[in-house]
Amino acid sequence: MGNALIIAEHLHGKFPKTTLNGLTAAKQAAQLAGGKALAVVLADKVDALAADLAGYGVDVVAVEAPAFAHYLADTYTAAIAEIAKQKGVEVVVAAATAVGKDLAPRVAARLGAAMAAEVTGLVDAKTVQRPLYAGNAIATVAMEGSPRVISVRTTAFDAAEKGGSGNVEKLALSPSSSGMSFVDFAETKSDRPVLTEARIVCSGGRGLKNGENFTTYLEPLCDALGAAMGASRAAVDAGFVPNDLQVGQTGKVVAPALYIAVGISGAIQHLAGMKDSKVIVAINKDEEAPIFQIADYGLVADLFKAVPELTEEVKKLKGA
Amino acid sequence: MKILVTVKRVPDPETVIKIAPDGAGIVTDNVKWVVNPFDEIAIEEALRIKEKAGGADVVLVSIGQKTAQEQLRTGLAMGADRAILVLAEQALEPLAVARVLAKLAENEKPDLVLMGKQAIDDDSNCAGQMLAELLGWPQATFASKVELDGKSAKVTREVDGGLETLGVALPAIVTADLRLNEPRYASLPGIMKARKKELKEIPLADLGVDAAPKTRVVKLETPPKRSGGRKVGSVQELVQVLHNEAKVI
Repeated sequence: MGNALIIAEHLHGKFPKTTLNGLTAAKQAAQLAGGKALAVVLADKVDALAADLAGYGVDVVAVEAPAFAHYLADTYTAAIAEIAKQKGVEVVVAAATAVGKDLAPRVAARLGAAMAAEVTGLVDAKTVQRPLYAGNAIATVAMEGSPRVISVRTTAFDAAEKGGSGNVEKLALSPSSSGMSFVDFAETKSDRPVLTEARIVCSGGRGLKNGENFTTYLEPLCDALGAAMGASRAAVDAGFVPNDLQVGQTGKVVAPALYIAVGISGAIQHLAGMKDSKVIVAINKDEEAPIFQIADYGLVADLFKAVPELTEEVKKLKGA
Repeated sequence: MKILVTVKRVPDPETVIKIAPDGAGIVTDNVKWVVNPFDEIAIEEALRIKEKAGGADVVLVSIGQKTAQEQLRTGLAMGADRAILVLAEQALEPLAVARVLAKLAENEKPDLVLMGKQAIDDDSNCAGQMLAELLGWPQATFASKVELDGKSAKVTREVDGGLETLGVALPAIVTADLRLNEPRYASLPGIMKARKKELKEIPLADLGVDAAPKTRVVKLETPPKRSGGRKVGSVQELVQVLHNEAKVI
């Protein structure tokens, strides 16, 4: 007993960084519980993925079936719960991504297990920390019984690095469905870094006034900096940009080296998604905007003048 | 068609939360209580489905103290048909909530359960997924579009890096994301009518559900405050400090 199992989410034959953040959490959980870390990967073609994962020094349970060509909550849940039982798993870990948030609670319900979502720290084997109220309170939560299920906030755990080699075990499990089917994935195509992985994030708020201004003003700045583009909920609500750009309590949580908030007032729910960034810059014409209370560097200015200027200055700096 | 919609009473999202000195909870004096914003979106979606289909039974469910009547009345004023309040003194964790809802679903036999994707107080984002598993039903979380077609639904979901479309057989659980719709305000006639609509109260103990918690909040703390830095006078100065001082560009 005492093993921790990371659910290894993958896309296009690769593991996103968020899976590696989750793996670090699973290794910590295993250490605290006195067991070892295991990883489970489900796919229609699983060998290359399993071999890649074993390169992080973790034993891999791999399940291959045509039904696992696309992630579905019901088929994944049945398989993972079964593996958790077979492998003496005490803690099931998922990264709190769209997939992890969809899946982990269903797994917990199937196992009748204690569940904690968006965990930011492991205190001991059975105690975790997680934010409540848009990050305005941190709860220390004691979890009972075994197994237990946690989803972890990826910004709170470093990505695991390659090293060591684990065993790969292939298990045959017949998928069971509750009546869900994959229809389509309309992927947002972008050459920019992924929001949750980027070293620099530039986000726009309602101050940008419309969607075109994101293209005209914010995108060139992102490209000059090699940054990912984000947005406040207000900008998403107003229909300026798609929801997958949303940074905040109900969107993505990011903690880049540099976060530039442009035309964002700094509502509680936005701060919940970016206040752990290392350096925060705010550009806003309202000097009373709450965002300035947490920004390391504030510039009170009209963004429509300041942002193009900033883009030019960054280009100059990079060209130098 | 019957649609069950969950409603949670939560502090207004604009409220600045203060933690009680004993660290056991939050200070609730002067807190304004509202319908969880994502639940409001779920109610709206149920009403739109009803209007499009030319009829449906929209049943609201809340779990909590008597005060949650207020939020159920708000939903009834928007246009829901009736409401059920499961009376519980203590807040329940998501798995217990899911067990209560599963019991109600067995009794009510809805074709669809619409929920908010998360409550903005404990931010768990779990109860819908758990309910789906307990019932053995399909789930479509983080929905931005729901198209019903007889015995099934096509749901567009907000996922990392784009939009996913799922097919789900009914009955199913759908949880609402931000862009599913824009909830209506209750009209004055709606508010008047809501007073006469059925609001049934059921003590938690009467449901015979195992609601014992498996998690316990040991303490609540205020996170370390991030202090503001300084203002810079120009774009040139900003670039200089980011390059030379913070060394991030």
